[in-house]
Formats: sequence, C-alpha cells, structure tokens
Amino acid sequence: MATKIFKHIQTSVVPLPIENIDTDQIIPARFLKATTREGFGNNLFRDWRFDENDNPKTDFILNNPNYSGKILVAGKNFGCGSSREHAAWAIADYGFDAVVSSFFADIFKGNALNNGLLPVQVSEDFLKKIFDAVFADEHAVIEIDLVDQFIKIVATGEKESFEVNPYKKACMTNGYDDIDYILSKKELITEFENPLAP
Amino acid sequence: MGQTLFDKIWDAHVVSSNEGFPDILYIDTHFIHEVTSPQAFDGLRQRGLPVFRPKQTVATADHNVPTWNQHLPIKEELSRYQVDMLTKNCAEFGIELYGLGHPFQGIVHVIGPELGITRPGGTYVCGDSHTSTHGAFGAIAFGIGTSQVEQVMATQCLLQQRPKRMKIEVNGKLQKGVGAKDIILYIIAQISAAGGTGYAVEYAGDTIRSLSMEGRMTICNMSIEMGARCGLIAPDETTINYVKGREFAPKGEEWDKAVAYWETLYSDDDAEFDSVLSFRAEDIEPMITYGTNPGMGIGVTQHVPETASFEAKEQGSYKKALEYMGLHDDEQLLGKPIDYVFIGSCTNSRIEDLRQVAEFVKGKHKADNVTVWVVPGSKQVQEQAIREGLDKVFDAAGFPLREPGCSACLGMNEDKIPAGKYCVSTSNRNFEGRQGPNSRTFLASPLTAAASAITGKVTDIREFLKEKELV
Ligand code: SF4
Repeated sequence: MATKIFKHIQTSVVPLPIENIDTDQIIPARFLKATTREGFGNNLFRDWRFDENDNPKTDFILNNPNYSGKILVAGKNFGCGSSREHAAWAIADYGFDAVVSSFFADIFKGNALNNGLLPVQVSEDFLKKIFDAVFADEHAVIEIDLVDQFIKIVATGEKESFEVNPYKKACMTNGYDDIDYILSKKELITEFENPLAP
Repeated sequence: MGQTLFDKIWDAHVVSSNEGFPDILYIDTHFIHEVTSPQAFDGLRQRGLPVFRPKQTVATADHNVPTWNQHLPIKEELSRYQVDMLTKNCAEFGIELYGLGHPFQGIVHVIGPELGITRPGGTYVCGDSHTSTHGAFGAIAFGIGTSQVEQVMATQCLLQQRPKRMKIEVNGKLQKGVGAKDIILYIIAQISAAGGTGYAVEYAGDTIRSLSMEGRMTICNMSIEMGARCGLIAPDETTINYVKGREFAPKGEEWDKAVAYWETLYSDDDAEFDSVLSFRAEDIEPMITYGTNPGMGIGVTQHVPETASFEAKEQGSYKKALEYMGLHDDEQLLGKPIDYVFIGSCTNSRIEDLRQVAEFVKGKHKADNVTVWVVPGSKQVQEQAIREGLDKVFDAAGFPLREPGCSACLGMNEDKIPAGKYCVSTSNRNFEGRQGPNSRTFLASPLTAAASAITGKVTDIREFLKEKELV
C-alpha cells in the first residue's frame, strides 16, 4: 500500500528545546481510544497545549503564532516511553513532515519512518545551532534533503549530513511499505515454517 | 567466536537476510490488545488480507478495562467501543480472545508467561513497549508500533535491524527489603532513560540468577525504560520449572525435546558484547523515583539532586520536572506525605508480588490519608489470591483487591490519580500525566509501596524489617 513520499523540504520550524519528551506527552493515553489513524493532531501535546478547561496555554510554543512550519525540533531522547504509533500519527496529522533531535528513542523512530514522518538525528552541536537560529529569528528556514541526506540552516549555509537506513530511505522516497516487501518473500516464510515440506 | 544468547535466538528466526535490508524475522507469537490493534485490522481489510497465522496470535483486553464490577457493561463509551471492536475483529479474523470475563484475561505481559505461551528461545512481539517482559524466559521480545502489528498480522514476520548487544551483570547479595524492582530502578538511574537505546540487553550475574521468574520479569519489563530494544535472561532450572505444566506448555515428548533445546540457550563464554556493565548488589538501596522519567531515581534515603549538578543545557528540562513534581533541589522524599498507593501493572502484579505485599501488611492498616488500589495482573492471579485468602488480608488492611487490568499504570480507565496528588506506584512510568492529568508518580517496589501505604508517607522498608528483627 502506498505511503506518503518524502524527498525534500524547506520550511520554518517549531522549536521545543526539552529533553526526554515521551510519547505520553506527545499524545496522552486518554486520547488513544480512537480506532482510526486520523484526528490525533488535535490532541498533540495536549496537556502542554491546553489547560484543564481546554483553553490554550499561551506560553506553549504551538500556541505562539510566531512559530510555525513543517519541522519540529526537540531535545534529545525524543519519543521515549510507550510504543504507541499514535504519537507519530499525531505529529504527522498536526502537519509536521520531519522531527529533528540529537537522539531518538528506537520504537518512535521506526513508527515515524513507517508513517512518512522523517526523524533526522543531528549532533548536539548542530541542534544547538538550529535552536539558536530559530530563537534569533522565528522565521529561520531549515532545509532537509532525504535524497542527499543533509540538513541545512538556510540563512547561514551551515550543513550536517544525517544517517538513515538505506532500505527505509528507499521506502520513503518511493512511498513503498514494509508489508509489500515482506509479502514479496512469502514463499520463504512458509519454507521457514516447514523446512521439511517437499 | 562464541555467540550471545540473543544472536542464537535471532539467527534461529531469520527468514531472510539481505545486504542493505533489515532482516525478516519470524515471530512465534503475536500478542494483541484493544488499543494498538484496531488500525492494524483496518489496514488488513483495506489490503484484503487475512491474518496469516491466527493460531499464533493471542488477544486480550487489558488497557482500557474497568477494575471494579467487570461483569457490568463498560460505562465509558469510547473504552467500550474499543473493547467491542477487538471482540469483533478477533471473531472476523479467527483469533482467540481472552476478553473480559474469560478465565485467562489479564495484562498481556502477565498472561503470556502464566499460560506457558512465553517460552525460552521464542520470539514475541506486541503493540506495547513492555513486551520486553517476556525476555525473562530467555526469549527475544519487544514492543512494536501499529504499522508493525499489521505487518505481523499479515506475514507473521517483522522487518528488523539486528540491535547491538549489551550485558548487564549484577553480582552479590541484596540487602533485606531490596528486590528486583529496586535492581532495575537502580540500573536505569545509573545509565539514564536513554542508556540502553539501540541495544538488546542480557542480564546476568549471580544476583539475577537468584531471582524468581517473577523477579526476572520485573527486570526485563523495565528494559524499555532505559531505551533498550529488549531485555533477556538465559533460561535455567528456575525458568524450566516455571514453564512446566502450564496450560499451553509443551507436554510429553515435546517437552523433553523443548528442554533439550532450551539447555543450549546461553551466551558462550567467548561471546562478544558491544557493551558490558557491572553492578554490585550491595550498593542497591530500596529505590524511588522523584522525577518525570524512570531514570530519575534515588535510594530512598537520598536527596533529590541539585539543578546545578546538571549541565547547563539539561537544567531547563530538570527544573521543569521538579516543578511538575512539586519538589525542590536537595529535598528528601523520605517522610513526604502521599495520597495514593498503586500496586499493580505488568511490572509488579503477579501472584508473588501480591503474596509479598500481603505478608507484609498482615495485621497492619493503611494510613487514613492514603487510598490504596491493588490490581492483579490477571484473572488467574486474582483467583489464586482469593484461594490463598490474600483478599481478606488486603481488605483488613484497607487495600481492596480489584479486578485485572492495566488500571492506574496509564489511567485509560477510571483509575486515575487526581491532579497534584502523589502516588507511590509499582508501575513502570512516572511521565507527566501518566497516571492521570497532572498526577505525580513515585515509582517504587511493592514492599516500599506497601510500607508507604501503612505510614502515609514515603518510607524506608528497612525500618520495618529492623523492628521485626528486634521482636
Ligand atoms: S500495565 Fe502499564 S505498562 Fe503494562 S501493558 Fe498495561 S499500560 Fe502497558
């Protein structure tokens, strides 16, 4: 089944300089009761974004009209905790195409890649440069190129390359998905299950 | 060169390995529950695919279910809908469901082992990060996202990159009152909530060997809290004795064959690990967390770290955590009044946990300022507890024994800790809002939780044990 294609983006960003952002913050458990993949963006960072009466908390970055864009930039160990894919769905549904951090939790990274949301791991140094750039100018533009695997602060030209699994890169740039790939090897699976079969 | 336990099991399950691609790994059993499966079933419908191996798929309802009056219809509409959806999906795709009211129902990571489904040498996945629990049997077990749930449903396989291997050894004799939960909280506090990311962690050493299966499950359960892909412990006599005779354990000749294989499952002496860490059991105090990730733990007599002890760029996150928890630099948790005690979750809700708590609270009563919930991990645990009369002991102590489910571990049902309240919890996560919006969690062992319920404040269990020795 085709998934979203990702090759290149250039956009302003939303900075969230907090470390260890867990998936319970990204989407609290009480919002996991939906049985479809859509609509989770409304509850992205719910308890940081809204108070107990559902009024927006004005000091939270997503409620600050000066910051917008298709890239979320966050502190290290982003996406730790629960395996809920709803976290990746919520971020993508809100309108982000990529998340930049100096470190990602494993399961989140996999979930993001499976949903056309690109996790870009940069050095601590480069992460700081991005934060500095955005806090100096909220319209600072970042470019991410998946094909050539680099991320760039457009105004200064500062650039860093990033790693991505070659298979996952092929999936994202072509819109393939894992199930299609495994299904193409189905005879190997039945052979594995029953090696003695004729 | 020798092989690690992890590699032996992994290699035995590789269906296909291609340069530049992740391995296709065969999954022996896929556990599913109501929260992370509906979108996967929908995906199958859209593709027009069946569940490839429904007999190797086990379903239960646990995350959302009420833990009181389970025989009545679920009151909360969305929860009921999600649980009904699981029932419908399982019927449509031919999957056995241990739903509400079924004698095997319970938290997915409690029922797999207790039914003898989880065995040494196997591969297990579930759309839940604490699937690492099953690794206690010397198995590869890890949590997956919903797209991967769909993948396993469709193919009984998972595309996976082989992780790096880490060995964590714990040797020596534990202090009285210190148990498996303290060991794992201690390790995570030492290496941080991200210290195991990218690794499969094998726990070894004589302290680990001396633990019961329940204790080993507690350790492996929390592997994910240091970011590890999975945790595992080589099987031994303790493991084999635990599996023997369980509902779905192999029987007769099959059993002998299985045991012969299980006995080959250990890391060879010359096996190489990418990282090796070692800890001394004697250094471990009863542990408690003070912050908003499980790596923020201290010995119960220690003080909360000072903000200045962190690097400048970490101080913002640290201050935010302390503020959320209503704590300040250098504060001591010992003696701090608490409001709730939760004994439950896939970390500590097995019969051994309940027995230990019951033995301790016998003849005692909870403090007036504390509400206590004891939530068994499964229907079988609940019934066993009742057979042993533990429910009476709990009742007398003001610790009502509820019905099985995830409950206040993640507060998806009604069991939520109110805003601003402190809960000493035997679960595994102290994230902001985890137990209810603005709730404040102190993670600890069942004994520490029970002792804190009795005194109404954070308590050093060793104080009680000293008294006992004096009489
Ligand atoms: S008890 Fe908690 S951690 Fe365990 S499976 Fe349920 S929600 Fe997840």
